[in-house]
Amino acid sequence: MVPVIELAKVRKTFGSVIALDGVSFDVYPGEVHCLLGDNGAGKSTLIKVLSGVHQPTQGTIRIDGQDVQFKSPRDAYKAGVATVFQDLAMLPLMSITRNFFLGREPTKGRGIFRRFDAKFADVVTRKEMVRIGIDIRDPGQAVGTLSGGERQGLAIARATYFGAKVLILDEPTSALGVHQASMVLKYIDQARKNGIGVVFITHNINHAYPIGDRFTLLNRGTSHGTFKKAEISREEILRVMAGGEDLDALMEQLPGVEA
Amino acid sequence: MSEASAESSKAIRIEKKGAGSDASRLAKQSWFSHVMHRPESGAVSGLVFVYVFFVLFANGSGMFSAEGLMNIFKVSAELGILAVSVSLLMIAGEFDLSIGSMVALAGLIIGVGVAKLGLSLPVAVMIAFVFSLLIGAFNGYLVVRTKLPSFIVSLATMFILRGVAVAATRMLTGKTQISYVVNELNQNSWVVSLFSGHLFTGLFQTLAEHGVIDMRPDGLPAVQGIPMSILWWLAISALATWMLLRTRLGNWIFATGGDLNAARNMGVPVDKVRILLFMFSAVSATLFATIQVLESGSADTLRGIQKEFEAIIAAVIGGSLLTGGYGSAIGSMFGALIFGTVQIGMFYTGIDTDWFKVFLGVMVLLAVLFNDYIRKMATSSR
Ligand SMILES: Nc1ncnc2c1ncn2[C@@H]1O[C@H](COP(=O)(O)OP(=O)(O)OP(=O)(O)O)[C@@H](O)[C@H]1O
Ligand SMILES: [Mg+2]
Repeated sequence: MVPVIELAKVRKTFGSVIALDGVSFDVYPGEVHCLLGDNGAGKSTLIKVLSGVHQPTQGTIRIDGQDVQFKSPRDAYKAGVATVFQDLAMLPLMSITRNFFLGREPTKGRGIFRRFDAKFADVVTRKEMVRIGIDIRDPGQAVGTLSGGERQGLAIARATYFGAKVLILDEPTSALGVHQASMVLKYIDQARKNGIGVVFITHNINHAYPIGDRFTLLNRGTSHGTFKKAEISREEILRVMAGGEDLDALMEQLPGVEA
Repeated sequence: MSEASAESSKAIRIEKKGAGSDASRLAKQSWFSHVMHRPESGAVSGLVFVYVFFVLFANGSGMFSAEGLMNIFKVSAELGILAVSVSLLMIAGEFDLSIGSMVALAGLIIGVGVAKLGLSLPVAVMIAFVFSLLIGAFNGYLVVRTKLPSFIVSLATMFILRGVAVAATRMLTGKTQISYVVNELNQNSWVVSLFSGHLFTGLFQTLAEHGVIDMRPDGLPAVQGIPMSILWWLAISALATWMLLRTRLGNWIFATGGDLNAARNMGVPVDKVRILLFMFSAVSATLFATIQVLESGSADTLRGIQKEFEAIIAAVIGGSLLTGGYGSAIGSMFGALIFGTVQIGMFYTGIDTDWFKVFLGVMVLLAVLFNDYIRKMATSSR
């Protein structure tokens, strides 16, 4: 099987800052690939390369085995890479429907009479949201009225509907409570079952481990490698994420904590 | 592995237990609160208030005669033409302070073109419009390229355009005012009818003959007909409202102003959207200038002063947020109508017109506070 998307030895610098240094990464259809790493490790930068926001300084991107170049997020979007950014790319003052179809509005009519097909958009939005498990009363209500988990659900439903092959989620559970986080994990699993390759970024091993099929660990712009779930334990991931021995040392320094 | 998949599949089988917004959990929303959630609700209540006020205090003054009403609509229409494009820009999160200067410059291009260069009126008007498209594109390009606030960029072009208008006019004609732009030779041109003519003149003549509206001593009705400026205003406002609410571009305008990065990440061509809107605002300033020049027959370097602020005021009263992402094109119509009504109403009631500015300032404050409240309501659970 060919990965749906693949980064080969990608390097990305911002001036003198090396955000990514020769990182390779791939995602297969129907898997959840977790990207883990401390603050500033380069996770957001990596997915911005995947989604066309940044162009890699060096290295290649492949879609279904073909070399591609994304000049803009629109290019990536067209190639089937849907990204839910940390800031969610939601317009809180706009309606659920308008957010759902943002940038891909269905139209009817021709020429100067070409217009947004609001009725169709409302029907689809409502149906897709119900499918993922969110029962919205009024698709015309502002996204600002939705909870954080529901917004993630909306973003995932949107990506799935538009036939994304790759779904990238940047810390979708970080700001959520236990219940809402488990809802989002449920949406992720739903996407995986639909054959989508999911890139899931999180700091929280308790969110990543249950849902992940593979794990890539980033540290200061370099990759510590990719592991199948069978190859690595929850504790080991945690240890690498915390910067190797640091956590053990910290545990020892703190009085009253068993190392 | 097995433990984990058991865990995840367990999570999947959860029925919609407490998913935040089950339809049943939401209280039914009243018709009233739905209306109050519209961005233009403040402007509509303001308009009702203004009319109640003047019906009480200016009835019998002639303000509500055909002539008085037409004056109100004319003043509102001219400002409204600017306010529509300004409200679209504000929804997209941008300002254009250069439109007042653009009004002067466009008028002078027509004036110099006709009176000094001997161009025909249609050609001069066409040149003014083409020029304004370029200026608008330049403003927009500068904003998207420099990433500076458009407030600053257009403040600069406001001075540049006004300066160029005055200097070039003085250089070419030695004056700051150009008269006889409309003269015996061209007063019957189709452009004159298109921009400063009147509609339904026959109907108004008949109405005057039957005493429905006043007749002037010379046998003409006090109101000749519906000025073209009003028609332009209605047409542009209707078009902008349709575009904003019913087309893909409208969706992009809201998104661009709501969150530039989010919109860009979703594939909205935010730079194109903004450049287009700057072009629209420059064109509407030129439309305003053309109407003014053809109605008065002259061009003047002092034209359009402070119009940029008046247009912003009308847009804000109409429900557009200063921070972008929310607002209404039709609201700017109501904003302009409040503006025109109060300005003319003060004249008819004999209130010292100096108070007009005080009124405007108070209106702006109230409108901003109200808009902020509406925005909070719109994003809070309802
Ligand atoms: N546009 C940029 N310009 C300059 N430096 C940047 C830019 N974007 C990221 N960086 C730098 O690159 C490094 C990696 O940042 P990145 O945002 O990818 O980290 P992250 O793993 O997503 O962290 P977090 O967990 O805090 O979200 C950081 O040192 C950051 O300061
Ligand atoms: Mg990040």
